[in-house]
Amino acid sequence: MRFIFKTDYGQDLNLAKHTGHLFWYGALLLLLVAAPWLFAEYWLAQLTFILIYSIVGLGLMLLAGFTGQFSIGHAAFLGVGAYTQAVFTNMGVPFPIALLLAGLLSAAVGVVVGLPALRVKGIYLGIATLSFGFIVEEVLARWESVTGGNAGIHVKHPNIFGWKVDSGEEFYFVCLAVAVLATLGILNLLRSPTGRAFVAIRDSEISAQSMGIHLARYKTLSFALSAALAGLGGALYAHKLQFISPDQFNILQSIDLLLMVVIGGLGSVHGAFLGAIFLISAPQLINLGKGFLPDAIGQAPGLQAVVYGAVLISFVLFEPLGLYGRWLKVRTWFQLFPFYRKGLFKRQKSFQKSDRLK
Amino acid sequence: MTEQILLSASNLSVRFGGVLAVNNVSFDVKQGEVFTLIGPNGAGKTTVFNLISRIYTPTSGEISYLGKKLTDQPPHKIASLGIARTFQNIELFEYATVLQNLLIGRHTHCKSNLLAEIFFTGKTRAAEIDAREKAERVIDFLDLQHHRDSMVAGLPYGVRKVVELGRALCTEPRLLLLDEPSSGLNVEETEDMAFWIQDIKHELGITVLMVEHDMTLVSKVSDRVLAMNQGEVLAMGTPREVQTHPGVVEAYLGSVDDVSALRRPSHKEAA
Repeated sequence: MRFIFKTDYGQDLNLAKHTGHLFWYGALLLLLVAAPWLFAEYWLAQLTFILIYSIVGLGLMLLAGFTGQFSIGHAAFLGVGAYTQAVFTNMGVPFPIALLLAGLLSAAVGVVVGLPALRVKGIYLGIATLSFGFIVEEVLARWESVTGGNAGIHVKHPNIFGWKVDSGEEFYFVCLAVAVLATLGILNLLRSPTGRAFVAIRDSEISAQSMGIHLARYKTLSFALSAALAGLGGALYAHKLQFISPDQFNILQSIDLLLMVVIGGLGSVHGAFLGAIFLISAPQLINLGKGFLPDAIGQAPGLQAVVYGAVLISFVLFEPLGLYGRWLKVRTWFQLFPFYRKGLFKRQKSFQKSDRLK
Repeated sequence: MTEQILLSASNLSVRFGGVLAVNNVSFDVKQGEVFTLIGPNGAGKTTVFNLISRIYTPTSGEISYLGKKLTDQPPHKIASLGIARTFQNIELFEYATVLQNLLIGRHTHCKSNLLAEIFFTGKTRAAEIDAREKAERVIDFLDLQHHRDSMVAGLPYGVRKVVELGRALCTEPRLLLLDEPSSGLNVEETEDMAFWIQDIKHELGITVLMVEHDMTLVSKVSDRVLAMNQGEVLAMGTPREVQTHPGVVEAYLGSVDDVSALRRPSHKEAA
C-alpha cells in the first residue's frame, strides 16, 4: 500500500499522481516506441490497429462513458474521417492538414448528430444515431463522384511535408504520436471544468442545470469532440488499410465500437485502450481456438459473433465496470493482501431520484 | 440590516393539466433572512422551488430577483445570478467524488476555454487551484474533510445531504434554496443542519429560502414562515404566529367540525 503525503493542491492536479505512475507509464511508452524493433511486421500492424481503435474508443468513451450519451452510429464518424482523409490525400494535401480537416469535418457532422440528443435520450437517442449511421453509409455508397461508391477508393501513402510515410514502421510512429496526444488531451479535458460538466450531465441533468451547466452546449460539445476523435481514427484507418469502401463503416463496425468501450469499462480512459486490445486480439484468439474445436463448431461462419455476444453478456452480468474494473480489483487485491474482501467494490443502491427533466 | 427585497413572487400560478399546483401565491424574501415554506404534502412548496429555479414556467404571475424578471432567464443562468438549490431527494453526481461534486458547484465561476483546457495551460491550472481552495473552504465549513475523496455512491444518506448543501454553497450564492434539508436525517444530524443554516445566514450572509416539515428546526432558524395548502397561501408571519394560526392548524389537523364528526355519539346524546 502506498501512502502519498500531499502538501499542495497542485499535486492532485498532476496526471502522474506518484512516482509509480511515472515509472510504469514511462516503461509502457518506452516499450511502444521500441515496438518496431521488437515485434514482427504482422504484430506491429495489429498494434497499429489497436492504437487506431484506441483513438476512436477515447472519443466514444468521452461520449458514452463520461457524458452518458450513447451512439450506435459511431462508425459513421469513422467513415466521414476516413473518406475526408482519402479524398484530400489523393488531391495531394499534406497529411497533417488532411488529418485536421478529417477531424474538423467529423466534428461538424457530430454537432448535427448531437442535435437530437438535446431532445431525446436513452434508447431513443440510440435509434436516432443508428439511423444516422445508415444515412452516412448510404451517402458514402451513392456519392460516387467523390467517394467512388461501392467500388471503394484507394488511399495514397501519407505525405508529411515531404516525408513520405510508406513503411508500416513509420506509419506506426504516426499513429503512436496521434494516440499519445489524443490521450493527453482527453486526460487534460477530464481534469478541467468541461470534463466535470460532462460527468455532471451523465449523473444528473437536472442538478447539472441548476449548477449553471448549459446542457445543450455541453452535450453538443461532447458529440463534436467524440466525432472528431472518431474522425482522426478513421483517417489513420484509411491510411492503414489503403483501401476503403462504405461497407467498412456499417452497423457492425458501430456495434464493435460500442462493444469495445463497454468491455473496456465505461467511464475510464484505460477502458478505451483495454477495449481496443480486446477488439483486435479476440479474432486472433478465436482463430487459435478454432483448431481445438470440432469442425461443425470451429468452421461455423457465425463463431466470432457468438463469442463476442457471450463475452458482452458476461461482462454486463458479472463485471459491469469492464476490463478496467477487473484490473482495479486485481490491483486492490494485491495492495491490500491479505485483507481484500468480496464486498469492497459493492455500491450502495442509489436513492430515489426526484422528478427528472422530461 | 437593510430591508432590501431579494426575491419577490407575485400572483404566481402554475397549472399541470387539470391540477392547479400553485394558485395565486405572492411573497417577498428579504435580504439576509431565513424564509420557510411549510404545508402538508402536495401543498405546492417544491413546485414553488421549481418555479424559482426555472425547471417549470409559471402559467401566470411573476418572479423577480433583484429587480430582474426570472421568467426571462433560461434554467442554466439561474446559478450565475446567485441562486443555488438543493433537492428533496438528493441529486448528486453519484459516480464522482465529493470533491468533484463541490468543484462542479464552482462551474459558474470557471471561465473555461476549451483549447486551454485540452493543453491544460498554466492559466487553467491556476484556475483549478483557485477553485480547489474555494471548495476546501466549504469542506472546512461543513466538516467534510473525511469524505473528500470518497465516491458519492458509497456515502450514507446523512453525508449526502451535507454534500449537497456544500455543492450549493460552492456556487457562492446570494439566495440558497433548501428543499427539506432535514428529511431523512436523525435528531443529531438535524441539529447540525440547524447550526449550519444559522451559520450560513450569520457568517456567510446568505439569504435562505427553505421548505421544511420539522417544526422544531423551522422555529429555531426561520425569521418568517409561509404556510401553504393545496397551492394557496394560508398564513405568513413569524414561526409562532403561523403555528397558532387557525387555518394552519386546520390544514394539518382538520377542523373542529371534522373532529366532532368523528366522535362517537355519547350515551347522553343517544338517550
